[in-house]
Amino acid sequence: MSHTASDLISTPLHALHLELGARMVPFAGYAMPVQYPAGILSEHLHTRQGAGLFDISHMGQVALRGDAAAAALESLVPMDIQGLPEGKQRYALFTEAQGGILDDLMVIPRQRADRAGQELFLIVNAACKAQDIALLQTLSDRCEVVPMPEQALLALQGPQAVPTFARLVPQAADLIFMMGAWMDVPAAGGPVRIFATRSGYTGEDGLEISVAAADADRLARLLLSLPEVKPIGLGARDTLRLEAGLCLYGHDIDVSTTPVEAGLTWAIQKVRRTGGARAGGFPGADIILSQIDNPTLAPRRRIGLIGLDRTPVREGVDLLAADGRHAGRVTSGSFAPSAGGPVAMAYVTAEFAVPGGTLYAQVRGRAVPMQLQPMPFVPHRYWRG
Amino acid sequence: MSLKFTPDHEWIRVDAAGVATVGITPHAQDALGDVVFVDLPEVGRAVAAHDTVGVVESVKAAADVFSPVSGEVTEVNETLRADPSLANTDPQDSGWFFRIKLSDPGQLDGLMDEAAYAELLKSA
Repeated sequence: MSHTASDLISTPLHALHLELGARMVPFAGYAMPVQYPAGILSEHLHTRQGAGLFDISHMGQVALRGDAAAAALESLVPMDIQGLPEGKQRYALFTEAQGGILDDLMVIPRQRADRAGQELFLIVNAACKAQDIALLQTLSDRCEVVPMPEQALLALQGPQAVPTFARLVPQAADLIFMMGAWMDVPAAGGPVRIFATRSGYTGEDGLEISVAAADADRLARLLLSLPEVKPIGLGARDTLRLEAGLCLYGHDIDVSTTPVEAGLTWAIQKVRRTGGARAGGFPGADIILSQIDNPTLAPRRRIGLIGLDRTPVREGVDLLAADGRHAGRVTSGSFAPSAGGPVAMAYVTAEFAVPGGTLYAQVRGRAVPMQLQPMPFVPHRYWRG
Repeated sequence: MSLKFTPDHEWIRVDAAGVATVGITPHAQDALGDVVFVDLPEVGRAVAAHDTVGVVESVKAAADVFSPVSGEVTEVNETLRADPSLANTDPQDSGWFFRIKLSDPGQLDGLMDEAAYAELLKSA
C-alpha cells in the first residue's frame, strides 16, 4: 500500500508525536512515529528497563455482542472462545480454507462500556482491519459486529510499566498476564475511563490501554509526565517483538503459513483439536488438525536464528545448508539491541529445523553463518502472579 | 586539505599526499539512525569512482557506501568496524570509513564544496 502524505490517517496523538519530535512514516495507511529523537536503540533499551509508551491506535478494535458471539467467533478461529471467562484475554488466529492465517488478534470477554451486558472485545492488525471487519460481518446474523474507530490504543510496556501505572491506578497491579479490566485514571479535567489488559508485544510486562480518542492525548501526556515513561516508536516496537519471538503479520505469518508451520500450535486449545468437545468447525480445520496430529504433514517450520558474525540479516534473505541446498528464507531480521547481535526469524523446510544447526544467509554474495536458536531470543518477563 | 561532498551524502577530505579519507555526512547518519554494522572494503583494492565499496546498516536500514573517486584503498577504519556507532556520534572525524590513494585528482572538481552541499540539503 502506498499513500501520499495527504491521504494518511492521523491518530489522536498526531500533534503529540510532532511535538515530541517524532519521525513520522506511512504504515498501513496511517502516519505513525517510527522513532523519536532518542532513536530506536535507546528506545528499545529503555523499554527493556523502564517503561515505554507506544501509540498503537492504528490497530483495529471491534466488539462482538450477543449471546451467540463466542460460538460465532469460533467458526472463524481455532481457539476456545466459549470457554474464555470474562476478563481473560487470549491470542487468536483467523484462518482460511487452506489452513493459512488471515490475521492474528487478541480476544477478551468483558462488560460493555455502557454496562449493558457482556461483549467480546477484539484487537486486530491495522493492515488487516478492513478485511477482518468484513469477515466478522459474515457473522452478523449471529451477533452484532461493532467496529470501534472512535477508540485509541496505547501500550505501556517494560518492567516499570505496571508499577508506574499503579501509582495512578492501584487496581492495575492486581491484573496478571492476559487479564483485563475497566479502570478510571484520575487526571486533570476529570477521570479517564480505560479498558486495560496486562499484555503487549514486547516480551515485557505491561499494559495495552483502550481509551476514547477524545481522551487519548490527555492520557498520553499524563503517562509521559511520569519519570519512568518515554515515548517509543514503531521501529523499537519491531525490534522488541522480534527479540520476543512474536510474529508480525504479513511477514512471519500470512495466508501461506499454517498455525503448525508458524509454531503457533500452542494457541489452539485441546477442545478445538481432534477428539476435543468442539473439534474443528473453523476454516481449514481438516488441514490444520491433520498437521497437529501428524506434524510431518507441515512441510515448513518457523525458526529463530542468531548471527554468528555481526552482519544484519533481513527479510527476504535466502538460507542455504552447508551442502548448498536451499533451506528456507528469512521473514524478519534485524540487529537485536538487547541480544546484542543480529537475530532473525525464518521458515525452513522441516528437515533443516534442527536446534543448534547452522544455516548460511546469503547477504550481498556472502554466506553469513547463523545458528538455529529457540525463541524468544530475550526471555519473556510477563507477570503471571 | 579540501573537504568535498557527494550527492550520496558522503564526505571526502584529501591530504597533501593525495590520500583521501571518506565517510558519511551528519545528514546521512541522521537519516539512517543508529548504525550497528559497517562493511568496509579490502585494503589494496583498486576501485573506480561510484563503485560500491561497503555497506552501512542501521537497526532499520542498509545503505551502500560508494567510492567518490577512483584509486586504491590504503586503509580502513577498524575502530569503526568494532564500534559502528562512531558513524553517528562523530561522522566527520573518528567515524571515517576508508582511505584511498587518488588515481585521478581531477575527479575532485566534480564534487560539491561545503556550500553546495548545504544547498543540496536545503533543497531536499
